Amino acid sequence: MKPSLAPYAFVAPALLLLLTFGVLPILVAVPVSLTDLNLAGLADWSRIGFVGLDNYRRLFADPGFWQALANTGIFALLGVPAVIVVSFVAALLLHRSENRFFRALRAFYFVPAVTAIVAVSLVWGYLYNTQFGLLNHLLSVAGLPPARWLGDPVLVKLSVVFVAVWRGTGLNIIIFLAALKAIPQEYLEAAELDGASGTRKIFSIVIPLLRFAFLFVAVTTVIGWLQFFDEPFVLTKGGPLGESTSMSLFLYQEGFSAGEFGYAGAGTLVLFLIIAGVTLPQVRARRTDADR
Amino acid sequence: MRTASSRSVTVAVGAVLGAGALLTAFPFLWMVFGSVKPRSESVADPPRLLPREPTVENYARLFGELDFGRYLGNTIAVVLISMAGVLLMAMAGYGFAKFRFRGRAALFFLVPATMMIPVQVTMIPAYLVLDGMRLTGTLIGIALPGLVSGFGVFLFRQFMTTVPTEMIEAARIDGAGEARIFWRIVLPLSRPIVAVQIVLAFIGSWNSFLWPLVIAGDERLYTLSVGLALLTRQIATSPSLQMAGSTLMVVPVLVVFIVFQRHIVRGFTLSGLK
Repeated sequence: MKPSLAPYAFVAPALLLLLTFGVLPILVAVPVSLTDLNLAGLADWSRIGFVGLDNYRRLFADPGFWQALANTGIFALLGVPAVIVVSFVAALLLHRSENRFFRALRAFYFVPAVTAIVAVSLVWGYLYNTQFGLLNHLLSVAGLPPARWLGDPVLVKLSVVFVAVWRGTGLNIIIFLAALKAIPQEYLEAAELDGASGTRKIFSIVIPLLRFAFLFVAVTTVIGWLQFFDEPFVLTKGGPLGESTSMSLFLYQEGFSAGEFGYAGAGTLVLFLIIAGVTLPQVRARRTDADR
Repeated sequence: MRTASSRSVTVAVGAVLGAGALLTAFPFLWMVFGSVKPRSESVADPPRLLPREPTVENYARLFGELDFGRYLGNTIAVVLISMAGVLLMAMAGYGFAKFRFRGRAALFFLVPATMMIPVQVTMIPAYLVLDGMRLTGTLIGIALPGLVSGFGVFLFRQFMTTVPTEMIEAARIDGAGEARIFWRIVLPLSRPIVAVQIVLAFIGSWNSFLWPLVIAGDERLYTLSVGLALLTRQIATSPSLQMAGSTLMVVPVLVVFIVFQRHIVRGFTLSGLK
């Protein structure tokens, strides 16, 4: 039988789409970032001019860019450990029993993960509201002064991160639960016979055995924070004064609100290189670990 | 060994988890009750959980004064288009699982590689690509960038390697064409993973925000997510109106989640461990 074209016909449509929206944009960003492409240039290509590395020079001199980069770093530093710790602890507790009550509880923890970020951000925005929000009312009941949840330059970061952590734990609880189920029961029983305490079992057996799950959650959460967009867009539009602007929100504002595609293209490439720099070592660590 | 003390620990853990679950669910309760409050109650001080005079006027406004009927229709259209993506991912998964062909390893390397680059990062050049294809301002353009995910192809391939090759060979000997084998034998045998992917595609496209926001351009093509996010810019907006819009977006997903919970959990689990 001669080699058939069938496999190519099966894989071609999906691969074409993956290439078009996964790889091609990065390649397009390279030449675009060297031009002054804007809305006018998009309508009439003859008005696009080559500007060399000007966009990059401007980018590195732009306080807004550094602020967005720093914010994204802060978001990740706050959010990654929070997501990992909260979802691991919740999974550990949920794993304790298989009875119906525990199984029903799981659904509650999973639900935020499947709901629309736009909708839950509006709900949180309402809770955070300084005039008629529930949270400030609770503070006043407790005799505390009201907080400017979304108006204070420091607090706004925590408020925005909290919404994302609240929504982001569900998926990771599922992953940790599945990994916990896969731990051979004999290991834990043997440790128990040797007189190991509960905490000792967790730190000496469970956590080392779950290192793939931890690595996976860490990598996906880091990537998640680098693409952090919907929550600040809905809750704060990046404000006050850019204090909650993430890198992707910065790119959106430069690209679509200001219409400066060339400039935003340069930002895209810089962010892409950062993501590659952050994730490739982690993926390589996983691969060498798997080879062993 | 179940001792009394171990049982009481379980009860204590259950209580902690129950409290946590209530805290997690509370914003949704606030949303649903808020959506049936009249405007005056939604901005009242002190705020109350339960409405005194429940009303459906907020929902009536969404569909009357505002154009949420159209947004809902657009969202459903985007969801339906995304189902075509499930078929394309299934085809690719089958191609990689059951055929040996030149370039297979190199092409399959691309699949997880594309998962490392999130769309939020590449939105500007991806928009330019869609603009070059004259697809900005169309529903197809909204759905296209998220139609196929490397992760989905990967999951289909993992599952379809378990389809017995003998069955495929037997059908080929009987003279069945490749398309027919895929449609009549491989897809039905892959029902569990197809179910997972359909549910994930529904949730993903129903909730999608960035591409509808960037590509829609004018209000005729807004989806629920965009209409909802821009509701804050409406002059006559109120928290209860926003809660009604949020409820409209969240409840269908909640229903799907409750009905298909096992499938969803399974899909997410596969994502973590393979």
